[in-house]
Amino acid sequence: MKIFTMTKTVTRNLVQGPATLMYPQRERVYTPITRGKIENAIDKCIFCGLCGKRCPTYAITVSKERNEWEIDRLKCCICNLCVEVCPTKCLSTDNHYAPPVTEKSQGLCKLSLVQVSPATSDAGQPESDGGEP
Amino acid sequence: MAHKNIIPIGPQHPVLPEPIHFDLVTEDEKIIDAIPSISYVHRGLERLIETRDFLDFVHVADRICGLCSFMHSLGYCQAVEEIMGVEVPERALYLRSIWAELSRIHSHIFWLGVAADAFGFESLFMQAMRLREPVLDIFEETTGGRVILGVCKVGGVRRDIDSDSLKGIVQRLTNLKVHLEELSNVFINDYSVQHRLSGIGFISREDAYTLGCLGPMARASGLAIDMRALGYAAYKFLEFEPVVETAGDCYARCLVRIRENYHAIDLIRQAVGKIPDGPFDVKVKGAPDGEYFSRVEQPRGEVIHYVKGNGSRFLQRFRVRVPTFSNIPAMIRVLKGSEVADVPNIILTLDPCISCTER
Repeated sequence: MKIFTMTKTVTRNLVQGPATLMYPQRERVYTPITRGKIENAIDKCIFCGLCGKRCPTYAITVSKERNEWEIDRLKCCICNLCVEVCPTKCLSTDNHYAPPVTEKSQGLCKLSLVQVSPATSDAGQPESDGGEP
Repeated sequence: MAHKNIIPIGPQHPVLPEPIHFDLVTEDEKIIDAIPSISYVHRGLERLIETRDFLDFVHVADRICGLCSFMHSLGYCQAVEEIMGVEVPERALYLRSIWAELSRIHSHIFWLGVAADAFGFESLFMQAMRLREPVLDIFEETTGGRVILGVCKVGGVRRDIDSDSLKGIVQRLTNLKVHLEELSNVFINDYSVQHRLSGIGFISREDAYTLGCLGPMARASGLAIDMRALGYAAYKFLEFEPVVETAGDCYARCLVRIRENYHAIDLIRQAVGKIPDGPFDVKVKGAPDGEYFSRVEQPRGEVIHYVKGNGSRFLQRFRVRVPTFSNIPAMIRVLKGSEVADVPNIILTLDPCISCTER
């Protein structure tokens, strides 16, 4: 009887609840190795520029004179190559994705050693965000 | 004689996820000719090899397509390794096979969903998308990415999977198999699905052979063409047999994909049972000098990667021949003589992957 197959499915769906994650109430769990975004501990950075040279999408620009390290989050494909080549291991992959932006320029994230606060951005994009909605 | 009409279908069409265009020459409801046109989103990835280091190019090869991402990087790495004479550790070969088979499961379940959507079975589409999720979760836990894995590299793989996780993967796939059986039952036994698929889009064994069919399209017509039989990666150590159906219609192509899902789960179970300990990558020195054709079985058929190097870090030529491209002549043959209402079904059962075709 087809009707009983249907009843089974209906009751199961009623008991189990929705198959999707009810997002704002339940936070999505990221695995420890999820490639979310590239972070730079700028205090340890020696501005050697190896990451910029190795980057397949040319997302990283490093300036040794001005002690600046800049990444375009919208270009970055999070391939982890920069993390692998970094000689001081100051680069790391965070397991949370970069926050969504509405303009291309907001994807730029500039870090420099000169300023007192290490985390700054030219387009007002906070760098140390961690858990974004 | 009826009046001839040309009905354009695509590049934007509800059942086509990607841009491909057909001019269908029709007489009443019958199609008498079909003229395909591709290259709406050509990206020029092959040319990029001249400006990228050959080791970094793996990441570009990975991004040729989303559904068969791992197979592309695998094919490219195999070609470069063969030119350079790199001996890949056995553990890396097994891990490559495991990820390749997981990609196949993920792609075939996705296809089942899209096919269900094409013949108007919305809830089946949702169920298929739900079943695909555990595979994506396995990808994220083992590689760090859900779609673009980025684990293959020249000389091995980037990440290892420890034995507990491997056993966990087999356990989760066994659970998935139970749900998959339930889903497959609908595809195999449901009256409306059968009505929509069986007898539609028939291609004979001879036609499939002469028109150069590949993948599930060829295997549904009774041709046992499967590149895994060549024994690349770890397939030489596994008990592998191509899945072949003989009916040659849309229903047979659907059955091939359903059976391949189970076969892939079985191959992963075998690989986990046999995987040896040891290193999972070797250091690569020098640059490739020479040329090689690497053949890999994608979910859609055989993909050929041609790599030519001249001893520098920048390779001279990279070419990808994707299965969708060689299936297009067969698609035209199938479309001729079919009804207009069956066109979306026929196009989808070939599983065209335009992002592969327009790399």
